Amino acid sequence: MSTAPRPEVGTALGARALTVSLAGTPVLHQVSVRFDAGWTAVVGPNGAGKSTLLRALAGLVPATTGTVTLDGRTLNEWSARERGRRVAWLAQQGESTGELTVRDVVRLGRLPHRGLFEATTATDEAIVDEAMQACECSAWQHRRLNELSGGERQRALLARALAVQAPILLLDEPTTHLDPPHQVAVVRLLRRLARTHTVVTVLHDLPLALQADRLLLMDRGRVVGDGAHDDPRLHAALCAMFGNALKIVRLGERFIALPDMGNTDA
Amino acid sequence: MPSTPPTEASDALVAAPLPSHAAADRTRRHRLVLSLVLASAVLLLAGLAAGSEGWSLDALRWWAGPEAQLIVGHIRAPRTLGAWLVGALLGLAGAVAQGLFRNPLADPFLLGSAAGASLAVVAALAAGGLVGGLGSGAVAGVGSEGGLGAASVHSLVQLALGQFGLVGAAFVGALAGVFLTLALARGAEHTTRLLLAGVVVGVVLAALSDVLTTAAPDALRGKQAFMLGSTSFLGWGSVALLAGGLALTLPAAWRLARALDALTLGEDSARSLGLALSRWRTLLVALLALATGLAVSQAGLVAFVGLVAPHLVRRFAPAPNGFTLVASAAAGGTLLLAADVLARSLIAPQEMPVGVLTALLGGGYLLWLLRRSGLR
Repeated sequence: MSTAPRPEVGTALGARALTVSLAGTPVLHQVSVRFDAGWTAVVGPNGAGKSTLLRALAGLVPATTGTVTLDGRTLNEWSARERGRRVAWLAQQGESTGELTVRDVVRLGRLPHRGLFEATTATDEAIVDEAMQACECSAWQHRRLNELSGGERQRALLARALAVQAPILLLDEPTTHLDPPHQVAVVRLLRRLARTHTVVTVLHDLPLALQADRLLLMDRGRVVGDGAHDDPRLHAALCAMFGNALKIVRLGERFIALPDMGNTDA
Repeated sequence: MPSTPPTEASDALVAAPLPSHAAADRTRRHRLVLSLVLASAVLLLAGLAAGSEGWSLDALRWWAGPEAQLIVGHIRAPRTLGAWLVGALLGLAGAVAQGLFRNPLADPFLLGSAAGASLAVVAALAAGGLVGGLGSGAVAGVGSEGGLGAASVHSLVQLALGQFGLVGAAFVGALAGVFLTLALARGAEHTTRLLLAGVVVGVVLAALSDVLTTAAPDALRGKQAFMLGSTSFLGWGSVALLAGGLALTLPAAWRLARALDALTLGEDSARSLGLALSRWRTLLVALLALATGLAVSQAGLVAFVGLVAPHLVRRFAPAPNGFTLVASAAAGGTLLLAADVLARSLIAPQEMPVGVLTALLGGGYLLWLLRRSGLR
């Protein structure tokens, strides 16, 4: 998709000794990680702190200790709008309560560029069109979000994140509710984007996560593994993390995860 | 991200977005605006014609004589326009509240404005020499004779003075209630905290005004009249104030409508789009307080208009918040004016308190809505 090619500047996002507590309960412990252009899938069991990591990286929850840096400056040194232009964030289970149409929602992605009071330009509208095409929502762009199926809504919200045209994309479960063809389409889109963008996704679907360039394993608020998608040690750690209930096998150039049923003949 | 190799069919689908939804939406919006304008125009005429002796189009010929001039020019015209303006401010405030809290059940009185205004009115009644017929009459005119004949010029002046005092108290009370809520919630950043603070302020201030009425029972009648709401005593001064308030709050709210649009995606998503949420929400709360305070100070606690008007608009013409805000103001004006005309004519020469009618009509509408959506 043509939304992809953007200058490669400003794609560095990192956390240093990041600890985050939510309502007094520590959720992230001393997480240090750095993301550059490429696609990283954050993987781990429920409650591992994956979504909180993404929210902290987007500046939506404050660090209790430690720092988040964007292009060498801490997040606080950026204005909210500058940050909004550089980091696009997609919520897990994105909500939508109003009467907005898909196009209205995707257009909101231009807010960091235009602010509240400036009207969108023809360029903005073209970017909105591109983002909708990339997520295949153009055909129903005039329908209201609250009338759509879960998968359709998810695609519209993903298009909203793309319309920001930020060099860094933090996507919390972008494939939720999607049917298999659209899951594959999103994976293709992410891989294409990852050539020029920093893409960090939380993914529960391991076969999809294994399509990323890099895997970041999290458990109980800590990073427990970090490496390339084809690293066998990482695969072992991943299998161990899920109680050896799955195995990872090579299929052509990539790896896939399968449920490990063991010997069920008995 | 074509999920299948691009075929001509899928390309055609993408290239030709179905315009029918957009066109249908536009038509619905146009129809709603047209209906509201027409209804308002008809009701304005009806408001001029409806009097204590029933309906009379003769009254519209105000040039017929000094009496007609007095009745239409000095009483019915400002009352009719004022009722529309009060409704418009409440409709606008309701739409802002529902957008701000992302809750279709939010109403303008949520943030302590109603309780603050009633407490202030009770305090003014109890403290000043306004207690009694004059005080209650000035606020709502409930139980007034319905005619002007008996009132001497002297008492008219007193009435105006009394009204001004209570109006000022109600306005200041409403703003103070909201300010207290904001202070308790430590700003407008957190929705739940704001709502809880509003509930607390509402309960505590209501208790305080109960204490006051226990100590000064004479204020009770005035308080009751204030809480029922009334449009009977709106004069040209009120109209000017209300119109000024609407001219200030409506464009400001419209400018902030995109913040409400962004909020529909959730607070985090709105923040991730670079919005200084706290600042805009505080500004929206201030607009809400101003619109509500003005309306309440002129007409008391008119129920349900702020809740129902945005509902009606969203139901008949769902749209982004910019349209909803403006149309809700028009719908609120139309609704309250309709209720006012009915209140004047249903049991003429007596009058029903307009707040009772809006509560009955609004409650009935919500009940109907509930039944319909329950059946779906």
